[in-house]
Amino acid sequence: MRLPTWLAQHLAALRALLVFTVLLGIAYPLLMVAVGRLPGLDNRTGGSLVTVADTTVGSRLIGQAFTDADGNPVPRYFQSRPSAAGDGYDPTSTSASNLGPESVVDTLSDDPEAASASLLTEVCARSLAVGELEGVDGSRPYCTADGVGAVLAVFHRDGFTGPVTRVVSVNQTGTPFVATYEGVAVESARNGEDYRAMGGVITAIRGDAPAHPVVPADAVTASASGLDPHISPAYAELQVARIARERGLSRAEVESLVEEHTDGRALGFLGEPGVNVLELNLALDGK
Amino acid sequence: MAGWLFVITLLVALVAVYRPFGDYMYRVVTGTRSNVAERGVYRLVGVNPAAEQTWGVYARSVLAFSAVSILFLYLFLRVQDKLWLSLGFDPVTTHVAWNTAVSFVTNTNWQAYSGESTMGHLVQMAGLAVQNFVSASVGIAVAVALVRGFAARGGATLGNFWVDLTRIVLRILLPICVLATIVFMVAGMVQNLSGGTDVTTLTGATQHVTGGPVASQEAIKELGTNGGGFYNVNSAHPFENPTSWTNWLQLFLILLIPFSLPRVFGRMVGQNRQGYAIAAVMAVLAIASIALTIGFEVHGAGTVPQAVGAAMEGKETRFGVPNSAAYAAVTTLTSTGAVNSFHDSYTSFGGMMPMINMMLGEVAPGGVGAGLYGLLILAIITVFVAGLMVGRTPEYLGKKIGAREMKLASLYFLVTPTIVLAGTAAAFATGNNSTALNVGPHGLSEVLYAFTSAGNNNGSAFGGITVNTPWWDTALGLAMLLGRFLPIVLVLALAGSLARQKATPESEGTLPTHQPLFVGMVVGVTVVLVALTFLPALALGPIAEGLS
Repeated sequence: MRLPTWLAQHLAALRALLVFTVLLGIAYPLLMVAVGRLPGLDNRTGGSLVTVADTTVGSRLIGQAFTDADGNPVPRYFQSRPSAAGDGYDPTSTSASNLGPESVVDTLSDDPEAASASLLTEVCARSLAVGELEGVDGSRPYCTADGVGAVLAVFHRDGFTGPVTRVVSVNQTGTPFVATYEGVAVESARNGEDYRAMGGVITAIRGDAPAHPVVPADAVTASASGLDPHISPAYAELQVARIARERGLSRAEVESLVEEHTDGRALGFLGEPGVNVLELNLALDGK
Repeated sequence: MAGWLFVITLLVALVAVYRPFGDYMYRVVTGTRSNVAERGVYRLVGVNPAAEQTWGVYARSVLAFSAVSILFLYLFLRVQDKLWLSLGFDPVTTHVAWNTAVSFVTNTNWQAYSGESTMGHLVQMAGLAVQNFVSASVGIAVAVALVRGFAARGGATLGNFWVDLTRIVLRILLPICVLATIVFMVAGMVQNLSGGTDVTTLTGATQHVTGGPVASQEAIKELGTNGGGFYNVNSAHPFENPTSWTNWLQLFLILLIPFSLPRVFGRMVGQNRQGYAIAAVMAVLAIASIALTIGFEVHGAGTVPQAVGAAMEGKETRFGVPNSAAYAAVTTLTSTGAVNSFHDSYTSFGGMMPMINMMLGEVAPGGVGAGLYGLLILAIITVFVAGLMVGRTPEYLGKKIGAREMKLASLYFLVTPTIVLAGTAAAFATGNNSTALNVGPHGLSEVLYAFTSAGNNNGSAFGGITVNTPWWDTALGLAMLLGRFLPIVLVLALAGSLARQKATPESEGTLPTHQPLFVGMVVGVTVVLVALTFLPALALGPIAEGLS
């Protein structure tokens, strides 16, 4: 008996798929797993795990949070970048923040579940916190002194034009960061109000913070993976004084360890240099 | 400066392999002698490798193989909890399973799920990664069939799909993947079947370091311009892209086949210079786009990047801003969609570039195979436009571009914009845009990006949108399905109609299609067509955001 053509075609398709599944889906990856077991490769293919005194303490490729149970930085350790992976550096829930470049208006609410910070406010708050921890100036452009985004909703008489009639500092429920704007007194925001929907033009205020803030860019931004094992040499440098003080080491000793654990650009021109935070902290613990 | 060297070395490497690798692929797709493994596959599949197929039979074979693949993958995802290496994960829900099955079979690799918390190792390697191979091979096979149409001198057949599928997998994709996997393992990519390791961090917390057959999947993810990550954050994950040199190597693998296929085209039609012209169009568009993306990101306009001092949100330290931007451009110029940084947090114009790249139809250089056939369609439209100017019947490579050919080419061009714009409109009309994380113009960008990515089979995402709802999964699944197979059928029909024609000898009035003038015209036609189609939508999204 001959099968109808359309059925024969689908049967051939199914057979082809099964052949390729066995070849490409089973044989190929398992062969590669077997190759990965070879001495010299096995640590890398197993996740580059780092073991100290019989305890596996992490992977040299995966970043960690060096914070206590409440999320506060442990001062004797170099701190990693902010992370959007789960509660921070969770490899089972990797993620970036996905907040956009004009995410500048917070959602304010009495209910902490409903409230959410804009990316700008997160950046400002992190900068302030890092500044405090390291004892340096944590100010940034477009940030208020209390660490939220310096953003006004400006209402005009005729929508987008005409004299200013009302100004609200949208991210602050307390005292606004400026008293007046174009001669109009600035109000503080009320919870639950959407000033953009009410017709306010969202205007970020640059302020007089230095163009190159003391706290580096990577210290105030979440990475792409949420597992970034590195910080920039600049952020490491900023933390050296605190580490030296906390551990009773000289500045030079800490700096030489930082240099030792800096991965330079590959071949001298690929990517950017980074300091491997876990390895650096392990080296400090081993001192 | 280092950022530009990254791009220049990539370009030099691609130029260096263009001829040898293109010639190798030419021999693979035109060769007639089979080796033992191939004969074994043909016997198991039950096909006669010598049987030539008309365009209709070729198309039905492609569709049958893809339909069976979708069904198989869907069932595989639905029963994963009963199989080995499921890591204790539940069966994938119906709508996510449908979306994922379509996504991987169409070479899109849009991911409505998070790898590390949804997919067991067996489904990843024997379900998803298998489609990475065969969907890439389907794309190349269709492109080769179209070129056979140009090269044929009056005949009805375009080759044999099963032979093309098998030879491309066994002689091109698999050997390169084996090599790449070994290099990736040396760099530190994981390759094991472990469910992961619990470690105690220095501050006493517990961290679950994940495992999996990652390196072997990573190799084909890049080489096949698939882009579906093993983990949620794709090539930003240190286990998927551990160093700045693996970052370079991934881009090289992504571009290797699409940029070398014009050589195959040139050799098959017997004029290498025609291949150079097509490669030149791809290169002009690609270099312009990469340079603009890097420029926008390094400049770092926008409130948050200005406050930060650099567009570092959603980027990894080891890659930095320029290399991340280069990756974003390349992954969307091809149909890859792998990401090493999150486009949603890019500057407004930096984030617009990936969208424009996809809207170009992914032809510079495009997905494996899909890029070449997409660009050949644009070349046909260009000779038609040029023919209108001088008032003669247009020809390309000795084939008359008549009414039937132009109908097919125009339909091809209309498919994706229709899907993208209708889909975006449908999301807003039904209120399903509300799952976007951001509001205002950025919210529109997120929806527009999603449909652009699905309709063009790219698979990258402006991450800030929740797409694992039944509506989104169904709509994007349909967008991917139609965006892949309607063009393929049209291309094969075109190939069939070209193959039947005898060659017309060149005459005084024939437009030379291998000179800089023609390259410039194809670039111009491409940019104008895309601008006319998408500018209104872009104006409401990223342009409104960037200028406000």
